[in-house]
Amino acid sequence: MTLTQKILARHAGLDRVEPGQIINANVDLVLANELSAAVAIGVMRGMKGADRVFDANKIALVEDHFVPAKDAQSAKLAKLMKDFATEQKIKHFFDVGRGGIEHVVLPEEGLVAPGEVIVGGDSHTCTYGAFGAFATGMGSTDIAAAFVLGEVWLKVPATIKIVYSGTLKNHVYAKDLMLRTVGELGIDGATYRAIEYHGSTVDALSITGRITMANMAIEAGAKNGIFHADEKTIAYVQERTDRPFMVERADSDAIYERVIAIDVDDLEPQIACPHTPDNVHPISQVTREDIPLDQVFIGSCTNGYIEDLRVVAKILQGKRISPNVRVIVNPGSQKVWMQAAEEGILTILAAAGCAVNTPGCGACFGGHMGTLGDGERALSTTNRNYVGRMGSPKSEVYLSSPATCAASALTGIITDPRVVDAALV
Amino acid sequence: MESTLRGHVHKFGKNVDTDVIIPGKYCNIIDPAELGKHALEGIDPEYTARMKAGDIIVADTNFGCGSSREVAPIAIKGSGTSAVIAKSFARIFYRNALNIGLPIFESSEAVDGIESGDEIELEPATGVIRNVTRGTSYQAAQFPPFMQSLIDAGGLVPYVEKRLAEASR
Ligand code: SF4
Repeated sequence: MTLTQKILARHAGLDRVEPGQIINANVDLVLANELSAAVAIGVMRGMKGADRVFDANKIALVEDHFVPAKDAQSAKLAKLMKDFATEQKIKHFFDVGRGGIEHVVLPEEGLVAPGEVIVGGDSHTCTYGAFGAFATGMGSTDIAAAFVLGEVWLKVPATIKIVYSGTLKNHVYAKDLMLRTVGELGIDGATYRAIEYHGSTVDALSITGRITMANMAIEAGAKNGIFHADEKTIAYVQERTDRPFMVERADSDAIYERVIAIDVDDLEPQIACPHTPDNVHPISQVTREDIPLDQVFIGSCTNGYIEDLRVVAKILQGKRISPNVRVIVNPGSQKVWMQAAEEGILTILAAAGCAVNTPGCGACFGGHMGTLGDGERALSTTNRNYVGRMGSPKSEVYLSSPATCAASALTGIITDPRVVDAALV
Repeated sequence: MESTLRGHVHKFGKNVDTDVIIPGKYCNIIDPAELGKHALEGIDPEYTARMKAGDIIVADTNFGCGSSREVAPIAIKGSGTSAVIAKSFARIFYRNALNIGLPIFESSEAVDGIESGDEIELEPATGVIRNVTRGTSYQAAQFPPFMQSLIDAGGLVPYVEKRLAEASR
């Protein structure tokens, strides 16, 4: 069995599961944010006999999309979730100032461990595959059912194995690797499938790099994207929780639907051009003087981590951003924000001319705090660039790594970080 | 089981994503009718003005890709659209549509044989799609048995209620 099958079989109390089989799996954690929770809570209130959640310690509720509340309606949803958390005695409730973006917060708080099954009312719940967990996003009715039953029905996915080889060059990052992967698979290339990441390149990645890659599995339509847990994973998790967990491994005779090999030795920084995340090109084909940027956004559950901010700060240190562009930075969580403050990163960014926001989703989904207007163009470290994703349907979003965003912030056009770096030395 | 659905077709292309079905800025709305006013706004701002209650969306592959927002099928349903036929659906949208009771049908042949403006009839119980304008008919893919039993039970909510009732007995 593949890694995904192994985890699902154990959570369904079965010896074996096959792709296509429909199972009921126990869940270790159910996640929702104020938008998905508001709908889920409404559904749960309407369910006969559903007065209590299945386990108040196995639910995580994070205020992150429209926070701090952008208007009275958003405040109403935030309050609805907070009141529910109080009423149900939910242990893991994260209000503004104590959390951040759900997918950044949960691993930080030790709520994610190898071998677990996690479902969330957010499509980027697949992020936790970085830790060797099976994690997938669902809609609010499914989440309401999981709140009360502590289990979900799932169709066991077939698995696509991707084997990465080679060494990432200077200023080529996990984000570039994943953009390249989504470009190769296409936005529906892994629909209903699991992606299992293998190879020496990803073994060498940091936890943050693996998070970035698992996070964007959904951009290829995948149900989940998963890495095998190794010493790095176990050390990260054990620093944050005493909870016992079970590390699973794919069997050596596991059956994969497809195996894809990607060699990264010659990989350049990658850019996803408008208006789909699979419209990916090497940066050398995208850099053009005649496509000026209006906004650069650095943040999100894909690239809002301290490692990302360090890269950005290194490039912007002692410099001023281009007068033609505005740069908005959203550290992914309160902990990331505090770490960045301690390291002097926030000051470096502010001195360079960036607007540093409080943690949250912010501009990522066109919600608030950096919404694009008609005819505006952004370069962003986020995961999606569909029409209107960051605001006006007449705006354009390009996706890249934090380093490419930082280099481009200096010039006001899409710029290869390797060129800027070379100019610095 | 629902009775026959009948309406005129509005046809869309591939990869109609959840950001264009209901843009992020409306995701703090809960009321289905209010959401319905903005259905498909990101791809076709005139959709809700043009369509009539009962009309049907026909689309190419990967309908509903992107976010897990359940407000996407809710907005479509809230607009008065009676069903969506597509060559294929994105995974989360598919679950959400079944869970909230938006009828969906998968059939490549039907999508190829139907144009915008055609009048069509749908039998949710059997998956039969009839193009009244052109006199053709198609059979949509069957749901797997477990999903069919969920649909027959009236969706996920009654299924959970039944489980809770069994557990408390
Ligand atoms: S940062 Fe963006 S992609 Fe991540 S959870 Fe928030 S809105 Fe979704």
